[in-house]
Amino acid sequence: MKFGVARFPGSNCDQDAYYAIKDVLGQPVEYLWHQEADLKGADVVVIPGGFSFGDYLRCGAIARFAPVMEAVQEHAAKGGIVIGICNGFQILCESRLLPGALIRNDGQKFVCKHVSLRVENTNTVFTRNAKPDQILSIPVAHGEGKYVCDDQLHDQLQANGQILFRYASDDENPNGSIDNIAGIMNTGGNVFGMMPHPERACDKALGSADGLVLLGSLLNGRS
Amino acid sequence: MPLIKISVTLKPTLLDAQGRAVHGALKNLGYNNVEKVRIGRYIELNLEDGPDIDGQVREICDKLLANPVIEDYRYEVVK
Repeated sequence: MKFGVARFPGSNCDQDAYYAIKDVLGQPVEYLWHQEADLKGADVVVIPGGFSFGDYLRCGAIARFAPVMEAVQEHAAKGGIVIGICNGFQILCESRLLPGALIRNDGQKFVCKHVSLRVENTNTVFTRNAKPDQILSIPVAHGEGKYVCDDQLHDQLQANGQILFRYASDDENPNGSIDNIAGIMNTGGNVFGMMPHPERACDKALGSADGLVLLGSLLNGRS
Repeated sequence: MPLIKISVTLKPTLLDAQGRAVHGALKNLGYNNVEKVRIGRYIELNLEDGPDIDGQVREICDKLLANPVIEDYRYEVVK
């Protein structure tokens, strides 16, 4: 399975994602430069974390219009898999590939720490290697990760099983996200975004290898 | 060339964490009569004069300058 990792000016988790895919998962991977509308044959596109375009205007607002995102839109429309992590999640929301939005953390602070996540739906390509209600330890590192949506959308996310991860308790919620939401997918089940960083939790030497539950799920269920 | 003055703010239903923090600071300074603070973004742009300036400004705001999911915007055209 071939992966592509998008790179914008200000991306800073692109190398972490590349390492996790190439060296830990052992899969082919290429960087995708933001100015080229070319996914280089990738089956899975990863939009990594960072501060694309300096987070100017709103996080992800400018990256959304980069040429590579046109190719990502087409890929997603055809059912191709897209994962947005942290700033990547913000970009996918700004692109309307995912519903809702991410705003400044309730506490105003940039929060960088491991949090406990609960897997809420294991019947997806992103979570099929997880056990129901499994708790994962995965780090967050963001200042604007509070997920917000209106009641109607919240009901829809809940009813369709689109909420894949929640912070495991109110105390674990680092940003004030409604209903402790940490990661959601689209109705098509092929586009997914989360604020925590699974690519930073792929090796026990780094504190946790729980991110592999998610990344491993992508490999047709082979971990 | 008309000047467009645009202000973008979070929708009233959303908690404005920055506004709340500044509100707290104002209270600490003794301004207890301040009821509410909302912080937003102010943008100026110059646009070539044309038949449908309003339409274009709204398009620009909806597409890029504001995120209609979470933000409202107001603008004023100064000719």
